[in-house]
Amino acid sequence: MPESRVNDFVLKIATVNGTGSASANSLLMKALFRMGLPITGKNLFPSNIQGLPTWYEIRANHRGYMSRSGRVDVMVAMNAQTYQRDLAEVSPGGFLIYDSTWPRERELTRDDITVLGVPLAKLCNKHFRKARVRILMKNVAYVGVLSALLGIDTRILRALLEETFASKTELVESNLQAINLGYKYATDNFTCPLPVRAEAMGDNKDYVLMDGNAAAGLGCVYAGATVGAWYPITPSTSLMDSFNFYCNMFRTDKSSGDKNYCIVQAEDELAAAGIVLGANWVGARAFTPTSGPGISLMSEFIGFAYYAEIPSVFFDVQRVGPSTGMPTRTQQCDIMLCAFASHGDTMHPLLLPANPGECFEMAVAAFDLAEHLQTPVFVLSDLDIGMNDWMIPELKWDDGYRPDRGKVLQAEDVEKLEKFYRYLDTDGDGIAARTLPGDHPKGAYFTRGSGHNRLGAYTENEDEYKEIIDRLMVKWETAKKLIPEPRLKPAKKKTSIGIIAYGSSDGAVLEALDHLRTEDIHADYLRVLGFPFNGKVSEFVEDHETVFVVEQNRDGQLRTLLILETNTDAAKLIPVLHYNGMPIPSQCVIEGVSKHLDTEAA
Amino acid sequence: MTYITKPRIDLPGQSTNKIGLLRRDYEGVLSTLCAGCGHDSITAAIVQAFWELSIPPEKVVKLSGIGCSSKTPAYFISGAHGFNSVHGRMPSVATGALAGNRDLVCIGVSGDGDSLSIGFGQFGHAVRRNINMLYIIENNGVYGLTKGQFSASADKGSKAKRGEINQWKNIDSVSTAISMGGSFAARSFSGDREQLVTLIKAGVMHPGCAILDVVSPCVTFNDHLGSTKSYLYTRDHYHPALETDFVAPANEITTSYAEGESTVVELHDGSKLLLKKADSGYDATNRSKVLRYLEQQRARGEVVTGLLFINAELPEMHLIYGTSKTAMKDLRFDKLNPGSLALAELQSRMR
Repeated sequence: MPESRVNDFVLKIATVNGTGSASANSLLMKALFRMGLPITGKNLFPSNIQGLPTWYEIRANHRGYMSRSGRVDVMVAMNAQTYQRDLAEVSPGGFLIYDSTWPRERELTRDDITVLGVPLAKLCNKHFRKARVRILMKNVAYVGVLSALLGIDTRILRALLEETFASKTELVESNLQAINLGYKYATDNFTCPLPVRAEAMGDNKDYVLMDGNAAAGLGCVYAGATVGAWYPITPSTSLMDSFNFYCNMFRTDKSSGDKNYCIVQAEDELAAAGIVLGANWVGARAFTPTSGPGISLMSEFIGFAYYAEIPSVFFDVQRVGPSTGMPTRTQQCDIMLCAFASHGDTMHPLLLPANPGECFEMAVAAFDLAEHLQTPVFVLSDLDIGMNDWMIPELKWDDGYRPDRGKVLQAEDVEKLEKFYRYLDTDGDGIAARTLPGDHPKGAYFTRGSGHNRLGAYTENEDEYKEIIDRLMVKWETAKKLIPEPRLKPAKKKTSIGIIAYGSSDGAVLEALDHLRTEDIHADYLRVLGFPFNGKVSEFVEDHETVFVVEQNRDGQLRTLLILETNTDAAKLIPVLHYNGMPIPSQCVIEGVSKHLDTEAA
Repeated sequence: MTYITKPRIDLPGQSTNKIGLLRRDYEGVLSTLCAGCGHDSITAAIVQAFWELSIPPEKVVKLSGIGCSSKTPAYFISGAHGFNSVHGRMPSVATGALAGNRDLVCIGVSGDGDSLSIGFGQFGHAVRRNINMLYIIENNGVYGLTKGQFSASADKGSKAKRGEINQWKNIDSVSTAISMGGSFAARSFSGDREQLVTLIKAGVMHPGCAILDVVSPCVTFNDHLGSTKSYLYTRDHYHPALETDFVAPANEITTSYAEGESTVVELHDGSKLLLKKADSGYDATNRSKVLRYLEQQRARGEVVTGLLFINAELPEMHLIYGTSKTAMKDLRFDKLNPGSLALAELQSRMR
């Protein structure tokens, strides 16, 4: 007898890339969202345009857990190619729905799950005439089947279709027909709803569904960025798409059609970085979205911007490396790369958002930091945050916000100076004032990546060189005060165990903490929001005997940074790693922590 | 030693330009290049041209990559912001600078190694985007700072100082720029000050990417017998295909020419370029004929100079993008930020 799982299930849909399943899956997501269920959607897709297997995984959980759980309660197996592994993945007691138009081989079955066959192709072929429509509607029909099996409100589905196809009523009708085909077949043939099902539990009215790239692109608009330069690369491409979309919406002059933004699709990542530097150098806020391979290519310019002190914002939507790796899979593998990108002594501030909401906020913060510190700043998102659908509290904006442009001298300031020197730090924060081209003849200076002294002149003098490179360390100390503080979630009991994580590993840790508590394992949790670390990170490490460092890469890169920056005993930092390309499940954290504690106890 | 400030000598009788500046106001610090380097002549021509055009120094940005040529922006217009970028990447920085502030007058100085090898891609894309800049390639066929390796512009059969013969066909920036659809391509010689000054002025005023390749002999590594980029060889094979006059806005064209001898190209600011044919039938506005002519002359080893191709009607980057007339960096924040109400409205569609 399958256990009852109301508002606590994972629905996974296996389809073929390019068959139009995305809109069907989005329909399901939104319907569950409108029923008030906390949900999260993960698109597990191939690096391919058409033909390879793709999955969409929706987790609904009344407690609000956002990570993957490792379970599959309901599998919709639409792809014959992956049927065997999809069948194997269903959790005991779960359900599998397949298209019974073509019979499956008898040996491909399991006794511990319920297999439900629906002749989806047959139903659609009978009802729809055009070949392409039949393929598309087969997907919409499984939405109908699921609405019956899971108890999804069909009025919500109708409303969603009407909103989506507002001006195309014929599409609303055909989609509804497909939904009804599936719905009717399910109610006629199975006991509906299943013990695994959804029940309305609110309206989620303070929440929205958004992906991190859309949020980051929107953040760039709100930050007042005007120049975006980029070279297309998965999984960062949709960030620039978002910036373009919202600029088109908000930054196009209604009467003249003039654009108050300039997006340059560069010839490569090297050029994208050069464009970002050039635009920031003249005083326009400029950024580039990329992924790991792009950072590798941009590294020469990143070192230039560090040494010549040019504000610049880089979004690294991380994907699986090394090399081309797996472009459509997620990892947190570029934290070391970005922290020290480029040759010579270089260090860069990083911001580490954990969800789309933070992508929005940190996009804005990145421009402020970059201009305040006159240095490259990285926002390290990843494919999971960037391209998946997240339910987040509605974004808020403070209309009192004004950009922090840092020390930029205006023409009238320059006029008062006897002479302007670019690299002279007058107040001891490690940051010297800059001027913008075009403003004043006395403000002119020469920007160079070669040795320069505090007056801005070329130098090969050992003391003059050292003076600049040492001042950059003073600036680094200033950066520590400006990077967002880590977020502490103390355990309910006093404990000597700590967990440190960042970015998209957050959800898995939060869920694991609750689970571990049921096993009487208590841990304080510190989420790092940026680099350089401030004092609170070192304190946390010092205050705990064992600190688990949870991250999504093989080498424990955050752990390495902690060892480098906190003078801690490396032995007490225990790596908990997940790096197969799928978003980290909470199970990984639970196992990593309890196994280590068990070994210690033994 | 580029930190040595050039002594400012007040000579009696110096004239000022329209904005009251002396020629020396367009100079920079003392050059550290070898005595006799062609690049210093180009620097002097830049100083002269910008002074004659009366461009306020602070409106100018001067950018470069890496190499001997790329050191030169320090030697002219000290009142302009300079940017000595990384090897071969000057065009992207210029693209960004102009994207952020379209009101700037942009001059990029590059070399044959910087633009035709490591930076060949960026050179091509600056031309393709037709960004509004003067792009000078100081062309000596050789890598100077690393002591005399051939560059991609070295002619096949040219002899290195140590005797090696170049086996590779050269890349010609002028014909490359024209074949890629560029709007302005010119060649000059560092030894011809008069032509050079005119072409720099034409390139600055041209509303797009003006490629100006200047043969600029390297006295240390490439000025020997057997080199095709030496002073001697260039003087012997120097061949102006046409002469150019730059006529500032509001000035009249005073000389008269017989029908068919000259062409007038009008630029958007009202200035005019008067192209006088030296070779009969040369038409600097006919792309395919120009390319054929250049190929013929190349086969004969001639160094063809002049404003070899121009199309002042091709739109520059901002016209294609449709960006606002106000420079990006000057847009007020309230024009850029949609505000809290718009954000709420936007999110009502995300549920």
